[in-house]
Amino acid sequence: MERTAIRRRLTWQVATVADVRRETETARTIVLDVPDWPGHLAGQHLDVRLTADDGYRASRSYSIASAWDDSHGSTIELTVEQVPDGEVSPYLVEVLKVGDPLEIRGPVGGWFVWKPEQEGPVQLIGGGSGVVPMRAMLRAHAVAGTTPARLLYSVRRPESVIYVSDLKELAASDDVDVRLVYTREAPAGEPRVGRIDAELIEQYAFKPEDGATTYVCGPTPFVETVADLLVAAGHDPARVRTERFGPTGGPR
Amino acid sequence: MSDYLDGNAAAGALSELFAVDLTAAIAQCNGCGQTTVFAESRLYVDAPGMIARCAGCDTVLLRVVTTPTNTYLDLRGLTYLRIPNS
Repeated sequence: MERTAIRRRLTWQVATVADVRRETETARTIVLDVPDWPGHLAGQHLDVRLTADDGYRASRSYSIASAWDDSHGSTIELTVEQVPDGEVSPYLVEVLKVGDPLEIRGPVGGWFVWKPEQEGPVQLIGGGSGVVPMRAMLRAHAVAGTTPARLLYSVRRPESVIYVSDLKELAASDDVDVRLVYTREAPAGEPRVGRIDAELIEQYAFKPEDGATTYVCGPTPFVETVADLLVAAGHDPARVRTERFGPTGGPR
Repeated sequence: MSDYLDGNAAAGALSELFAVDLTAAIAQCNGCGQTTVFAESRLYVDAPGMIARCAGCDTVLLRVVTTPTNTYLDLRGLTYLRIPNS
């Protein structure tokens, strides 16, 4: 069918909560049914808007955690990490239930995205809930990817890991390498506790000459530290794509 | 302080106004002349509305303020935006 001459202005629409899944003590995956969802690229996000009884509104951006293919019908997934004293995330993590409506605007974002036809390896570096868009990228990669992919995922402790079973499944592929970095407390058998540093990048990330595109996502200080480490290690800044969630992992 | 997001988070608000995604556009700062992808700018959402500042020199690149009846778009800090044709 030919595209209509008048472009639909992207604006708010109402989705319905189809399912919720607890990921960790503070994070929850929300499955949304969105009528006429146009599909999305791995890494894109959407905005969620809440309206109080008195008309006060607050909106936040959340990465889409699921990859898109036609078989999904009109369903997408978000994973939300609760931000202490947040205006939006506590409602999404603790209150919202199956059947509830939720106002959304999306999909949006054309920079922090991965397309299967993109050339070169894919390096993903996520801190905390920064792993959410990377899950979508790895899911898309599992379906259509032909290049190697690596995920470096920095978490506080083993209980903070989201998508545990998913990551195990993805890591079973020869094309995908998943490595967890623990910053506060590591599981038995993992001697290293500490943030991502130059040595770790050197050891586990693709080398500058590998021609990888690197995606870094997480709290703002995490993203800036890692991006600086990559550039210092000789990576081309133009091949390092970043997405910042704010001071503490929120408000996304 | 790292109390900012980045230009990626402006995609939703900008998509209400523009037909193409501007967060992946190359932007030149009118303050320092630095040229980077708009997604790399610093985004402040605590102010009334949304303010994007240059990551290099802090110049205000863009402001979006929505009132109940209108949206104000201030692009004073952008010399240009370069958007691919396809």
